[in-house]
Amino acid sequence: MLDRRLIQNFDWVLLLLLLLLAGISILNLYSATYAIRDVGGSRIFMKQFYWFLIGFSVFLVMITFNYYYLERLAYPAYFFTVALLIIVLLVGKVMSGSQRWLSLGPAVFQPSELAKISMVLVLAKFFSDRGGSEDYRLRDLWQPFILILVPCGLILKEPDLGTALFLGMVSFSMILIVKVNRKSLLIFLGCCLLAAPVVWFGMKDYQQRRILTFLQPDMDPLGAGYHINQSKIAIGSGQFWGKGYLQGTQTRLHFLPEQHTDFAFSVLAEEWGLVGVTGLLLLYLFLILWGLNIAKGSKDRFGAILAVGIVAIVFWQVVINVGMVTGLLPVVGIPLLLFSYGGSSLISTMAAMGLLMNISMRRFMFQ
Amino acid sequence: MKLSNFDPVSQDVFAKQLKIAALFVLVIFSILILRLWFLQIVNGSAYRDRSENNRIRLQSMAPFRGVIRDRSGKILVDNRPSYDLYVIPEEIHDTEALLNRLAVLGNLEMALMKERLSRAASGYPFKPVCLKKDISREELAMLETRRFDLPGVMIKVRPQRHYFYGDLAAHVLGYLGEISEKQLKSGQFPNAKSGDLIGKTGMERRWQKSLNGGRGGEQVEVDAAGRRIKVISQKLPVSGADVCLTINRELQTLAEKALSGKHGAVVAMDPRNGQILALASSPSYDPNLFITGFDGGTWKNIVSSSDYPLHNRALTGQYPPGSVFKIIVALAGLEEGVITPWEALYCNGEYSLGRGRYRCWKRWGHGKVDLNRALVESCDIYFYHLGMRLGVDRIAHYARQLGLGQKTGLNLGHEKGGLIPTTEWKRKRWGTPWQGGETVSTAIGQSFVLVTPLQVATFVSAVFNGGHVYRPQVTRWVRKPGGESIFEFAPQLIRDVEIKPEYLELVKKALSGVVNHPRGTGSKARLVDITVAGKTGTAQVVNLKKEKEAKAKGEIPWKYRDHAWFVAVAPADAPRITVAVLVEHGGHGGSAAAPIAKTLIEAYLRVPGG
Repeated sequence: MLDRRLIQNFDWVLLLLLLLLAGISILNLYSATYAIRDVGGSRIFMKQFYWFLIGFSVFLVMITFNYYYLERLAYPAYFFTVALLIIVLLVGKVMSGSQRWLSLGPAVFQPSELAKISMVLVLAKFFSDRGGSEDYRLRDLWQPFILILVPCGLILKEPDLGTALFLGMVSFSMILIVKVNRKSLLIFLGCCLLAAPVVWFGMKDYQQRRILTFLQPDMDPLGAGYHINQSKIAIGSGQFWGKGYLQGTQTRLHFLPEQHTDFAFSVLAEEWGLVGVTGLLLLYLFLILWGLNIAKGSKDRFGAILAVGIVAIVFWQVVINVGMVTGLLPVVGIPLLLFSYGGSSLISTMAAMGLLMNISMRRFMFQ
Repeated sequence: MKLSNFDPVSQDVFAKQLKIAALFVLVIFSILILRLWFLQIVNGSAYRDRSENNRIRLQSMAPFRGVIRDRSGKILVDNRPSYDLYVIPEEIHDTEALLNRLAVLGNLEMALMKERLSRAASGYPFKPVCLKKDISREELAMLETRRFDLPGVMIKVRPQRHYFYGDLAAHVLGYLGEISEKQLKSGQFPNAKSGDLIGKTGMERRWQKSLNGGRGGEQVEVDAAGRRIKVISQKLPVSGADVCLTINRELQTLAEKALSGKHGAVVAMDPRNGQILALASSPSYDPNLFITGFDGGTWKNIVSSSDYPLHNRALTGQYPPGSVFKIIVALAGLEEGVITPWEALYCNGEYSLGRGRYRCWKRWGHGKVDLNRALVESCDIYFYHLGMRLGVDRIAHYARQLGLGQKTGLNLGHEKGGLIPTTEWKRKRWGTPWQGGETVSTAIGQSFVLVTPLQVATFVSAVFNGGHVYRPQVTRWVRKPGGESIFEFAPQLIRDVEIKPEYLELVKKALSGVVNHPRGTGSKARLVDITVAGKTGTAQVVNLKKEKEAKAKGEIPWKYRDHAWFVAVAPADAPRITVAVLVEHGGHGGSAAAPIAKTLIEAYLRVPGG
């Protein structure tokens, strides 16, 4: 399984990037939860550390086999995920008004996290099977559309608007990368615009409110409007050099809600300033570009498209979260990849990174 | 080696796509960094200032819970301001000194305050800690005037539920309590927080959503001392809807006074539509205590007392109906044709069935008795015969038609359905076949038969209003503060009984005789100017033998004494009120319960307009 050439082709850059991100994440979480004096709080960064350990083991497991076995697993994994999503809607645990989790003994697990990977897998399989170098027209794409709409719809019902949107963007990116006919693309975008009012009225109250608050933050002074206000203050007050590690007043005095999850980035911005956030963003940028490079270098259609899908997952998570906390996008509850606290998210991300590593390491296997 | 399935042409196309993607990524990231630059550099110092002086607090504004009124609009339950004393730990300079002053000014115990503060020490340093709820006016004045000298102290106002008349209609109104973990998790209360008070019983619970209104809040900027500088934005709370009951306050007061010192229930109803005019259960309790808090002893008394003050006896008290049940047996007999109004049976005080010997309450018998006389003087022997002719299943059929043996559906919390035995029921429940002697007892409302006072009021109303069994209701309307209606009373017909109108008339006439005829058992309910109809009932609690033994020993102990029933309707020809009275262990229905009904009817009908 692991022959010498694999080790020669071990992608040290990728591993280094991941380790750097993990390290910064734990450091940041320590600060973010520093101010909570009760027992649960300051242990969060330790929990994140343990999750990272588990994540890295998953990462290593993902490298050991040849990823083209996954081609065969793509559709079954997809259907399994859909089944889990249905089960969650039927017997899932309800927390804060939405039904997203399944309990397995002491732990809870979110099938929508699994959906990210299986979605990317199944789309990669679909497009690599088609082959050919013609542009895709709308009529060719009805199957992917169904593949995308089913899990997105189920996730929407939980309700989890953020993750559904995110999944949609990732899928859309994958479709675009395999080249869609320009006219078809325009028609599709036109349909989206027409469908927008329908979607709007289909949204729940609080989801509508989130969008309205984004446009007019004063509308919801108690909920999302407050979060964004405080986030911008936190970020802005960091200025160039930041206030210093563990010195963020927004964080310490608890003006910033959800600071170890959705708004972890704002904590970094307050304490490390523009220097810090630019550094972090550059790390992500580098990770994305490196991933695209891996896609380019892969001579296997399936691997290449899969790599793009994984890169899309990274890209969209970063963009949506950072956009959200800086006030560029409405609050949709997407945590920052590898940075925010969260076990399920971490595991699924590390699994995806493992796949990326896998593809990178085995590119020599094709001629 | 695997063969690549990626032909060079596709590869080139793909590579071009990747380049476009990379470019897109770069553009987006530039936008993000630009935005950050905008926030941190361009507006950086402004944000820095705001963060240093950040005193933006979120303060929740509790909504005004809707008011509950009686049918005439008089307020029974509303809200009054309650002042609570808070401190913000982070802002206290000298804890010991502050606590000492508070102990004096606010009548607080040092130990209690210290305990509350230490419990909160593990939380957020800026979160206010409540030291005392509902301080008195004097304490409020003392504290408010010296607040400049008490850093870290905050007084919050919140509306507190107030039951105007103490324990009046407690079982109908209900009380508030803290929302439980289970309820929070269930998703039925989407906007509730831990610590919120919600209706737990009665009308407070029935209309919880409408009464509650919607929470509001504000973003407030405060200075270093915690004083409000300005309100940044506000979401006003939505007041709850008001609830108007069908209950008549004066009647309710009378009913409860009549029951004071006794255990029992009174149900007064409008037979034309099912509106409940009064619903009393004794012993009762004061819902205000649930809010101001019980001391340990009182709570224990209430919960574990064998008097069960929290139980609403009108709905959950199941008792044998005794002679009141004869009304149903009489109607069943007529409708089934096993007896005619003129057929006279002979009562000599005794009745034998097999090896069983049954007696009439009148030792030596009534003599020749027809249907009318049997009801007026409540002859048991007549009904033993009638019962045997009908059989228990036919009796059950008519009892169920009139609503017995099932819940009425009055939406006021826990209700019991009573019991109407049938041969099938007995076989299922006890595994033995039905005995003839049990029919005999059933016919006079003993044996397994159980009814609630609410069911009695309901079925007798149906007898007098032409056979319409209406669902009892206690809500008249529910309206939002702006006037928009959430609920308006409308009579709910459960069913029309299948009994010929002439039979109903016959029984009505007999029941009128119960009260007005010289030998009627209900003479204590007689009124000079209003025709009252009714029926007495004396329900045995223990069997006759035990009772006789106890009588021989002297007085019968209270718990062995019979339950006293009386149900009355007035005016008999065009009824406007039905009153059902049950006095636990009250003895004779005619003497213990009938006078209560009389008092209520008199008060209700003598007032112009009723």
